[in-house]
Amino acid sequence: MAFAELKAHPLYQPLLLGLMTLLASATLAWASSATRGAIAEAEARDLRDSLTQVLPEDFVDNDLLADSADIDIGNGKPLRAYRARSGGTVKGVVFTVIGKGYGGEIAVLMAVDENGRILGARVLKHTETPGLGDKIEIAKSDWINGFTGKTLSAANWAVKKDGGDFDQFAGATITPRAVVSAVKNGLEIFARHRATLLGADKEHDG
Amino acid sequence: MSASIKTLVKDGVWDNNVVFTQMIGLCPAAAVTTSGTNGLGMGLATTAVLVIANVLVALVRNIISPQVRIPVFVVLIASLVTVVDMLLNAWLHELYKVLGLFIALIVVNCAILGRVEAFASKNGVWPAFVDGLAMGFGFTVALTLIGLIREFLGSGTLFAQASQLLGASFAFLEIRAHENGGALLMILPPGAFAVLGFLLAGKRLLDTRKNAA
Repeated sequence: MAFAELKAHPLYQPLLLGLMTLLASATLAWASSATRGAIAEAEARDLRDSLTQVLPEDFVDNDLLADSADIDIGNGKPLRAYRARSGGTVKGVVFTVIGKGYGGEIAVLMAVDENGRILGARVLKHTETPGLGDKIEIAKSDWINGFTGKTLSAANWAVKKDGGDFDQFAGATITPRAVVSAVKNGLEIFARHRATLLGADKEHDG
Repeated sequence: MSASIKTLVKDGVWDNNVVFTQMIGLCPAAAVTTSGTNGLGMGLATTAVLVIANVLVALVRNIISPQVRIPVFVVLIASLVTVVDMLLNAWLHELYKVLGLFIALIVVNCAILGRVEAFASKNGVWPAFVDGLAMGFGFTVALTLIGLIREFLGSGTLFAQASQLLGASFAFLEIRAHENGGALLMILPPGAFAVLGFLLAGKRLLDTRKNAA
């Protein structure tokens, strides 16, 4: 049977489409399994980099990635907390809070020491307006460093426009407002769940 | 059909430019061009996918029956982009952090399906390769141009953060053009439409003059 004849057969089209889809799925399955390890490794490296950025230098001596716990903070979504230890004792805890910005969710990674003082904060992910709201990124402005050293009680947790301590940006108030309230919320979570977050309620669970 | 390389390149860059003449792929052309660097990044990523998709389709064009060609092309392109996305994420992770945002967007770029359908499905592997390269180059030039104009008017810089995309040796591209801060509108979506409109008008004008002469 000539190829042209075969091509005209009614079964040719579904078989061709099926075969192509099968090939495509096989390729995807191969690519996914071939890259899964490397992607997980790269993401762990990224996370480790950000964890290092929110903590002061030489502050911890443990591998934070290997020392995490999922903590129930009462809203149904467990909070993953990374414990920063020095010589075995917990010195602080690092976790992510989500703020509702102008363009969507803003993920802020923050480190809090055992006394509820902020050690550092970084925006991990956001979809704010480029050139306007993106000054919350450390690459664009050092605004985010303004949180370092603040505690829940010793700061006025609002942007200056609302009578608080934190600068807003020209033309963008919603974005910094969202970050400020997210970090404040993080400190409140810390205050409520201090013992669990620091892992003080049970000895060395990792 | 045996178009010479010269015609193919001229077609891709000017006569049949994806953005300025065919007016497809306008979604990425408007959405990501907030800076010259972003335009360049999106252009390069799209070019790579376009070339591979063109070659793949040209290879299998004889066994594809016309009735199911569109679903077959869509499956091919979507899988290709996903594989590229995963491979980049795994092995060129630094580049992926800069380009990653663009790659997923390429799936919905109808410029790819357009080229595959209009050219690669009717031509051999080599012309399809050249066409992909030329069309991709034209797309890259268009996006970079739109990005540069918006960036210049909107934030007063040129190629900001180019070194993050191309490596530290390209830091010389980053220029602080003026200190006026710029008109924010140009960075926001309306700026994309305005710049695109003026560029389209400009190209039409040039083409009309050329034809009249």
